[in-house]
Amino acid sequence: MYIEVKDACKDFVQDGKRFTALDHVSLDIEKGEFICLLGPSGCGKSTLLNALAGFEKVSSGTVRIGGKEVTEPSLSNITIFQNYGLLPWRTVLKNVELGLESKKVPKEKRAEISKKYLELVGLSGYEKRYPKQLSGGQQQRVAIARGLAVDPDIIFMDEPFGALDAITRMKLQEDILRISREEKKTIIFVTHDIEEAVFLADRIVVMMADPGRIKSIVKVPLGAHRDRTSDDFLYVRDKIFELFNMKTEGFIEYYI
Amino acid sequence: MKRLLSLKNVVISVAILILIWQLLFYVSSYDKALFPSPKMAFDALVEMIVSGKLFENIKTSMYRFAAGYFSSVIVAVILGLILGRLPKVFQYINPAVQLLRPISPTAWMPFIVLLFGIGDVPAIVIIFIAAFFPVLLSTVAAVGNIDPIYLKVSKNFGIKQPSLTWKVILPAAFPQIANGIHLALGTAWIFLVAGEMVGAQSGLGYQIIDARNNIRADILLATILVIGLIGILLDGALKLIEKAILRSWGGAE
Repeated sequence: MYIEVKDACKDFVQDGKRFTALDHVSLDIEKGEFICLLGPSGCGKSTLLNALAGFEKVSSGTVRIGGKEVTEPSLSNITIFQNYGLLPWRTVLKNVELGLESKKVPKEKRAEISKKYLELVGLSGYEKRYPKQLSGGQQQRVAIARGLAVDPDIIFMDEPFGALDAITRMKLQEDILRISREEKKTIIFVTHDIEEAVFLADRIVVMMADPGRIKSIVKVPLGAHRDRTSDDFLYVRDKIFELFNMKTEGFIEYYI
Repeated sequence: MKRLLSLKNVVISVAILILIWQLLFYVSSYDKALFPSPKMAFDALVEMIVSGKLFENIKTSMYRFAAGYFSSVIVAVILGLILGRLPKVFQYINPAVQLLRPISPTAWMPFIVLLFGIGDVPAIVIIFIAAFFPVLLSTVAAVGNIDPIYLKVSKNFGIKQPSLTWKVILPAAFPQIANGIHLALGTAWIFLVAGEMVGAQSGLGYQIIDARNNIRADILLATILVIGLIGILLDGALKLIEKAILRSWGGAE
């Protein structure tokens, strides 16, 4: 298996209280899959993502990518954050070039690659702007272009559209779906939005809080082109709703 | 228009200052050699300009100032960038810094003169000390305040030292570092005069002492005005440099 999480546990101590963010989580992901980690806050979905991306270590259990234990972030697994993480003192083009500089790509080639990916995310002509001159949606597009530019194997996305308005969010969902097909990347996408998960994922990993754990994994039997208003779409969405509505002790928070 | 308005404000402000001075001159019972009028100070200024003495002293002072201030800023920023990334080390250094910081640089003066003698060095050392702590502390704080997401992104995109400092930490921390550098400029300029009054035989500070020894209050006051004027010019120049750097980093509005 390409990505392999086995029996992963993660404990935090917060205000002197022990808190289990991940409780014996196991998950296998194949190359090229689009996976959504879906659940309420505190269910450990971001913790699981951070462990996969190499930002945090699990307390016990193993996290492997391509057979190798994950110990630190790597240029082949790029994370896209909710608050973009663009460097405000760099132009859009220079932001996209960031990872290419570490890869020692020559200057002209850097600009060429970066322009290509800016075009892919629909931001041609914005090269010389600074991040704060762009809208939130545009900034996240720059971050996506920056991630794609280093040609990673996996893209981790941590509630990337959470700070955007509904219309922009839907547009970006369509774009990321298109890009994931065109670029054939493995994408692990954290969200608390059921519809977003149904729209994007090949498989949805439904997680529950306190302790953070996987409740079930749902295969989304919808094709490459998804219609938010189709009966099939609504059917899958209702199935997920049911999962969250089930009587789970101590579970109140859910998202409509 | 805005510029004109501010020029008008400057003229009025200076005129009021001179007027008060002139009034004090009229009512004072001091000998006019001890308390000269604005006109007398202005004549003394012209005299110093013509004799070339003023520019000689300005040159000497500016050299000391530049040497002390820039070396201090460079050392303090580099040290601050390192210590800012090592909070565990800084917690052992910070108490010593806090102990040394409130000591007026002039308090070191006799000691420095004992070690280095009279000349350029004491003034330079004083300026160095005066600028050092504000810049060091603001740099350490600035590095500590960097948004962690920049460091996360850097780690993800494989940016390692020394590029990390140059590409990410310095630009991210720069606005706050610039605050410290700016603050230090005023302090350093103030202590230049103190340093030259005690530890030198030349420069603007010495010129004040020399004028006192010769009972030339007109020269004394003219020198004071020149010191104030240069202070304003230095401040303005630094503001321009700061703006230029921020603009080239896209940080300016």
